[in-house]
Amino acid sequence: MSGPSRAARGGLIDRSRVIGFSFDGKAHQGHPGDTLASALLASGVTLMGRSFKYHRPRGVMAAGVEEPNALVGAGVGGRYEPNTRASDLFIYEGLIAVSQNRWPSLDLDIGAVNSLIARFIPAGFYYKAFIAPPWRWKIYEHFIRRAAGLGAAPTKADVDAHEHRAAFCDVLVAGAGPSGLAAALAAAKAGARVILAEQDRELGGSLLFNHAQVDGRSGPLWAAEVEAQLRAAGVRVLRRTTVAGYYDHNQLTLIQRLVEPGQAPDAGTGGLAQRLWRVRAGRVILATGAIERPILFSNNDRPGVMLAGAVRAYVQRYGVLPGRRALIATNNDEAYRTAFALDAAGGQVAAILDSRPDADRPIVAAAKARFDVRFDAGLVAALGAKRVSGATALIGGATVALDADLICVSGGFTPVAHLHMQAGGTLAWDEAGGAFTPALSRQHQVSVGAAAGRDSLTEALADGWSVGLAAAASSGSVSAGLEAGDAPHAETTFDGSRHTHADWEPAAGVHLKTAFVDPQNDVTAADIDLAWREGYRSVEHLKRYTTLGMATDQGKTSNLIGLARLAQAEGRPVPEVGLTTFRPPYTPVTLAVLAGEATGQHMAPLRRTPLFAVHAAHNPPWQPVGYWKRPRAYPRPGESVAEAGLREARTTRSAVGMTDVSTLGKFEIAGPDACALVERICATRVSKLKVGRGRYVFMLREDGMVIDDGTVWRLAEQRYLLTSSTGGGDRMLGQISYVRKILDPTLKVAVASVQERWGAIALAGPRARAVLAALGLGAPSHMALAKGEVGGIAVVILAASYSGERAFELYAPAHDLPKLWAALEAQVATQGGGLYGLEALELMRIEKGHIETGAEIDGRRTPGDLGLSKMLRDGGFVGAPALDRPAFADPDRLRFIGLEAEPGAGAIPEGAMLLTAAGRKPEGHVTSAGLRVATPGGAIALALLRAGPERMGEVLLAASPTRGRNVPVRVVAPIFHDADGALYRD
Amino acid sequence: MFLITCPHCGPRSQAEFVYERAEEAVARPDDTTEATLTALYTRENPRDFAWELWRHAYGCRAWIRMRRHRVTHEIAQIASVGAEA
Repeated sequence: MSGPSRAARGGLIDRSRVIGFSFDGKAHQGHPGDTLASALLASGVTLMGRSFKYHRPRGVMAAGVEEPNALVGAGVGGRYEPNTRASDLFIYEGLIAVSQNRWPSLDLDIGAVNSLIARFIPAGFYYKAFIAPPWRWKIYEHFIRRAAGLGAAPTKADVDAHEHRAAFCDVLVAGAGPSGLAAALAAAKAGARVILAEQDRELGGSLLFNHAQVDGRSGPLWAAEVEAQLRAAGVRVLRRTTVAGYYDHNQLTLIQRLVEPGQAPDAGTGGLAQRLWRVRAGRVILATGAIERPILFSNNDRPGVMLAGAVRAYVQRYGVLPGRRALIATNNDEAYRTAFALDAAGGQVAAILDSRPDADRPIVAAAKARFDVRFDAGLVAALGAKRVSGATALIGGATVALDADLICVSGGFTPVAHLHMQAGGTLAWDEAGGAFTPALSRQHQVSVGAAAGRDSLTEALADGWSVGLAAAASSGSVSAGLEAGDAPHAETTFDGSRHTHADWEPAAGVHLKTAFVDPQNDVTAADIDLAWREGYRSVEHLKRYTTLGMATDQGKTSNLIGLARLAQAEGRPVPEVGLTTFRPPYTPVTLAVLAGEATGQHMAPLRRTPLFAVHAAHNPPWQPVGYWKRPRAYPRPGESVAEAGLREARTTRSAVGMTDVSTLGKFEIAGPDACALVERICATRVSKLKVGRGRYVFMLREDGMVIDDGTVWRLAEQRYLLTSSTGGGDRMLGQISYVRKILDPTLKVAVASVQERWGAIALAGPRARAVLAALGLGAPSHMALAKGEVGGIAVVILAASYSGERAFELYAPAHDLPKLWAALEAQVATQGGGLYGLEALELMRIEKGHIETGAEIDGRRTPGDLGLSKMLRDGGFVGAPALDRPAFADPDRLRFIGLEAEPGAGAIPEGAMLLTAAGRKPEGHVTSAGLRVATPGGAIALALLRAGPERMGEVLLAASPTRGRNVPVRVVAPIFHDADGALYRD
Repeated sequence: MFLITCPHCGPRSQAEFVYERAEEAVARPDDTTEATLTALYTRENPRDFAWELWRHAYGCRAWIRMRRHRVTHEIAQIASVGAEA
């Protein structure tokens, strides 16, 4: 016995062992097999939460994942999981759980004052109140946001491991209730590869709480035997695994729990807490069951009001009596079973209130013989606050008061069609049952059992069996001659249709403002009527205006009730009003399992340049560029990155500098049509390039926008080297492939990406030639190439300059690069130079006015915008036809210019907007911000400005509200260093 | 993630492929401006099957033509681009 409300006998729990746990700091005990909800109920705890907005006292209402009220925070520190459903958490030794949304305690919650002002805060109140004047909203918003939300967000990083796995099968069965077990067994016996996933810890589904016999054994025993047969047949049986989402081509994601919320994983599993499975299935069988609906009456959210099926689960699966004296309100036969279950466990049934007329059915007759059964009866109001104490009911037109501490409600059953709908299926409407059932499937999937609207256990078993056989056969991997045998046979009292009479209208006299439709978001029937009165009549508007179905339970018990009420207000049948979209995941999923192993240093691969280890030895600040890391600078002790960058740039401009440029995109293009290919891709003239020379090129997208720039070099008569930006390397590969395979497949040309094959080191500055000479290398003239050899390493020298100095890029095989770097570094030091990183490179190229992919080249600039028109060929390249658009000739387009600030005004903020005066509309933005490196002066920048080149000398404001700075700048030509290129001429 | 049957590699996950463009969206360097702008911006997008170009970028890098239903994602046909190697 583990609590005052534990039944003396019964349940599938292990009464021989005891588990200790705590709830809100108080110690409790339960048994293996208990959920937190069942163990708390057994302890006599009925108050388990406070509602979202009104802070009304709430208890547990359901026995599964559809629970809307009893949400707790489970675990501590890096294992803490908020908004955990108490009925979906199996207790373990040492579990620490806390209630949510209450202060200072669950019992005495200050937030309950919200109930007193309830009439001022109905659904959507924040659209109408607390708005004007706008400045006051900023104050209200702070408090309203603080009050919103249920659980507290975790503050520590997840400490456990999570992994992803892929799996393939012929048949995936979602749900291991009777129909799912039958389907999996049939498919396995027919020889198919089967995966069976069940979100519960035990297999059996409704067999775990409905007394039934299958093939002569109790339900749970039959389920255990089936599991053994399945495993023996090689079926992958996954417990605590939810089929979370259904995607295209029969791919589904499954979320598997290896531990309960807050529980530490076994050391043996490598600290694994959860697993995400990506399963590609030949056929899918959805045995996802049906969820019971509550009934609308006043204060239907009080602790002690529970779904009738859930009460049966607490009694028959967990051995708990949730109350001593129970009322049952129902519109179907199924809830009558709860009366028998309570009676057998020693509870009292005050009355059964059936909203239907009297009928002569076996289950009704049996109930009438034992209990007080009333027909045409409906609940009006629950009595009691922190716990139900009774109810008033309307019976045959007269109001009656009844004593009870437990109200079991059943308003019908909603098939769980979420996965069917995610798979693109359609639904059919069952008017009497008041439920949507799966109709057409777009993918290879079928729903079985209660998920397909089947009422009876016999039907469910037969249905699952035949569908399982059919799925195995149609998935094409069935072994010939395998005998599956007969379908399992059920014996259960009162099997058959539930005879549900769906009636959505609450009994007369129900106070709609406390008749909760969606308890988790505190949405009442009055709120739905309010939304309709205010014109929010589409189901999409109803959902978003009232937040019905938008809480963590996603409206599992409430969506249809709200929808039916809308349909009534509209005077239209429910299926015409429609449904909102079903989206994965089916139950909440932790971000950690979505990330899987890709966290921390595994979040992205690290691409290393050939010189990575060489740079790393300096421990530089790194700049992520794609998946590479490039040194920002090589700071000396006490130097900031900015100071180091400026020093390195000055050294390069005055003596010599060297940097690693290995990451640039590089392609070797060879063959009779090599030049033709290059001229397809590049918008500049290439055909006149002589062997041994190179030129600057830029590439367009088909819509005429510049997407990248680089250089092209003629290595031989029919061999070219094309370089592009680092970040654009992969894109250029795609572009080249597109031209060769789609646009011009007849070109006789071969292309190889040599990005990783060749590394490159850039040498720049007045003494760069001296460095080359010291190594015995001849210096090619600007935009020419030469070949040489350094210590046995074959080197190609391209005289190109990004920095604006006289510069050389030395290309060598990647594995030779560290040796080449060392040789160069020694000579560079002799010449009084040093290394430089990306900061310095940026400063120098900005001074020279070189545009950069990602800054000035942002994919929205034409060649004309960037001042490149003079280099354009007439046509015949990708993007050429699009350049004729009238809009491209508009002088008011954003065009490339330079900016300078007064000395002492500080840096020009990169990304700042350019305004003619404070408060005006932006006319451009700063794309690259820099400094004058060698000569004194104010900060400089490159920018894009409407009609820029026509506004030379104009003074603008570079405004950056996010950095709180406004810097006056003057529009100048975008070049600040060596405007006539004298440095390139030796 | 679709299951795409590459003519060279067999059935592979969509994760290995890159959707390039609809076949009608191929704008050639020698087209007229009108034709280019139509191909890029004003082509039809029917709720029906249509031909598209995909690239097996993280596999064999071949280009394929795919006939895909734009609503149901059913793939009716996949063909290699150009002459078979």
